[in-house]
Amino acid sequence: MAINWFKYSAPTMFYPLAGKLIPWFAVSSAILFVAGLYLGFVVAPSDATQGEFYRIIYIHVPTSILSMFLYLVMAGYAALGLIFNTRLSAMMASAIAPTGALFSFIALWTGALWGKPMWGTWWVWDARLTSELILLFLYLGFISLHASIDDPRRADRAAALLAIVGSVNVPIIYFSVKWWNTLHQGSTIKFSGTSMQVTMQHAMFTMLAACWLYAAAVVLSRVRSIILERERHTKWIAELSEVQS
Amino acid sequence: MNKILLLLIMVARRDLVLAMRRRADVLTTLIFFVMVVSLFPLGVGPETDMLRKMAPGVLWVSALLASMLSLGRLFSADYLDGTLEQMLLAPQSLSVLVLGKMAAHWMVSGLPLVLMTPVLGLQFDMPLKAVGVLMLSLLLGTPVLSMIGAIGAALTLGLRGGGVLLSLLVLPLCIPVLIFGTGAVGAVTDGLGYSSHLSLLGALLVLAAVFTPWVAAQALRISME
Repeated sequence: MAINWFKYSAPTMFYPLAGKLIPWFAVSSAILFVAGLYLGFVVAPSDATQGEFYRIIYIHVPTSILSMFLYLVMAGYAALGLIFNTRLSAMMASAIAPTGALFSFIALWTGALWGKPMWGTWWVWDARLTSELILLFLYLGFISLHASIDDPRRADRAAALLAIVGSVNVPIIYFSVKWWNTLHQGSTIKFSGTSMQVTMQHAMFTMLAACWLYAAAVVLSRVRSIILERERHTKWIAELSEVQS
Repeated sequence: MNKILLLLIMVARRDLVLAMRRRADVLTTLIFFVMVVSLFPLGVGPETDMLRKMAPGVLWVSALLASMLSLGRLFSADYLDGTLEQMLLAPQSLSVLVLGKMAAHWMVSGLPLVLMTPVLGLQFDMPLKAVGVLMLSLLLGTPVLSMIGAIGAALTLGLRGGGVLLSLLVLPLCIPVLIFGTGAVGAVTDGLGYSSHLSLLGALLVLAAVFTPWVAAQALRISME
């Protein structure tokens, strides 16, 4: 049986699918948030060197991982949109950008809150912090370029090109810890085993999953709005029950 | 191969001639650079030790801002009088045409800054060797600024408020150049080896020279369709 890979690349098909998926993502994200926060802030033991302060890690690490991951996803969708000329990919890219920007902002903010008790300063010009800040700038550049071009097709393509060029930056963030030997601690979770306590690890991964599901729910509902806005003159939109009522 | 080189030289020469007909534009960039650099001692105070330490960063950031200033003109004049459209239709490779324009832009806006650096370095009481390394790092780095900037200029072609948007898009992408450029001078003043920084800058230059003309050409096609 041949699989139609492009079935859900049509906004007509994707709009109802996204509508069905959103509640699942939203509910499971809420459950995992509660579980992850409980595990992280109540069950997990305090750290040997950092005491209770380390607990912000359960927000800081998932958001910073997702801020980088979402940029890659965004650039991936942007590239798909450029290559296959699909409308939906570009819509997904522009739906992901605000969530990515939000996550990188939260990562910077919680990083500052963590840095104050641990390093004694809100901000240091460390390579990784700076790269995260640049990532935020890249998101903002993507959003503002998209917003300042009136023709949506040109906006999609121009912003897509910018996202792809900017994605060169994401590996630099990842490897910066190795390149510049500075204040920020190295990764705790490695493929070759980890130096983290098991409960802490569980809490961290639960929070990561919660953030990921949250991002999926928010992006899908945003892309639904974008579809409605862009395709408002089409017949299938006019026939939707939520539009008619 | 020879044909491509010829085309490159032709485009670059055309842009240089155009720039020489409007010398004021070139001078404005240079004066802006000198002025911004000279404002820093007034802002932070005249202590020689601090100024010497700040000098590479100040000069690099000013060079970055100065090159942003002239990027808006890279394609806009050709866009307005229709030349750009003809370039897009021409059978020759658009990437090569863009590379030629980048080269001309660097010669007009980057090279003068490099040549001006020794004077400004002396203002900041930099040691002679550090000035040399700074010039070398600017020589390797400013072409990259022109090339990355060309992508931004192509993307923002003909937009309202394009100038500010252009800086917003391009400045974050230029940060690695800034880091390695100032890092080289920092290393030489600390008595360390600076060749690794310059090598990385050179690598960025090669990488940019290979990819940015093509990306900028794609951006032009997107903006002009």
